[in-house]
Amino acid sequence: VPGFAIILGFDLLGLLLHALGVPLPAHVLGMILLAAALFAGWVKVEWIEDAAGLLLRHMLLFFVPAIVGIITYASLLRANWLGLGGGILVSVVASLVVTGFVAERLLRNYEGPP
Amino acid sequence: VTSFFSHPLFGFSITILAYALATAVNRRWAVVNVLLGTCGGLAVLLLIAHIPYDQYNIGASYITFFLGPATVALAVPFYRHAKQIGRQVPRLLIAIGAGTVTSAVTAVGTAYLAGAPKIVLLSMVARGVTTPIAIDITNQLGGDAKLVAIITGLSGLIGALIGPFVLKRIGIRHALANGVAMGTSAHGIGTARALRSSAIQGGASALALTIAGVLTAILTIPIHWLFR
Repeated sequence: VPGFAIILGFDLLGLLLHALGVPLPAHVLGMILLAAALFAGWVKVEWIEDAAGLLLRHMLLFFVPAIVGIITYASLLRANWLGLGGGILVSVVASLVVTGFVAERLLRNYEGPP
Repeated sequence: VTSFFSHPLFGFSITILAYALATAVNRRWAVVNVLLGTCGGLAVLLLIAHIPYDQYNIGASYITFFLGPATVALAVPFYRHAKQIGRQVPRLLIAIGAGTVTSAVTAVGTAYLAGAPKIVLLSMVARGVTTPIAIDITNQLGGDAKLVAIITGLSGLIGALIGPFVLKRIGIRHALANGVAMGTSAHGIGTARALRSSAIQGGASALALTIAGVLTAILTIPIHWLFR
């Protein structure tokens, strides 16, 4: 529970900074702040690793309600299915291939095979 | 009956149940993807039982709440593997940058070729970006914020489903390369999927999801100026 409280505290801090006008999403701000606090040594990773592990193990679950919500836009999807479906599929594959390929090549050239 | 479906316990429990069931089925038959099984099962249930999404979401929104702290918790795998990731940051940035530009160009390009209207094209620019940043970018460009939320959701779902197969197929073996590809292509959902492979993949993916979001926001500023 203390670990969970620390994580929520940073989430809240992110929310505060976002409300004050920092142009990044609240939770992403919280993540950056928590990473900074870990590197600075203000927060010890042992304090939060159990809570973080539990949250991250089930992170896919937390996306479920938003994805199920897509069913409410069936008519919108039907009207533009080719552009939306095609664009998303092509773009997902293309960005996976380009990012993965560039990263793999650069990493292999500089540090040898994994 | 309405009071049953609109009770917070309904949407909450049914989602946890579907997730537990899909996880159990996945252990038995690995072909059944946990995310697809959970979402597909729930979608079918809501549609055939005529349960309005808004009633389901009264309880389900409590699950969505945990997305915030989970995103914050991504700092832990990133910190844990900071030594391995840190040395490679310049190289990873090049890869994330290339992937981010590819993502936006191919999304808009394909939709344009498919004859999609302008509002859809503008909403496709931030396709691969974490939803809150994508909504900001799309509002800035004059796209449809509701539409982009669906587009990012579908992108994440598709990326999490096919990402690991595509990357394996083209011979990507480095954990960092796999991680940044998942984060760049499929934002938070891709990152959640990458975490299931390994913590170092998750850490790299968290880095990519942040960089890709910020980079897309910066790169769309000139587009905004050009077309307004």
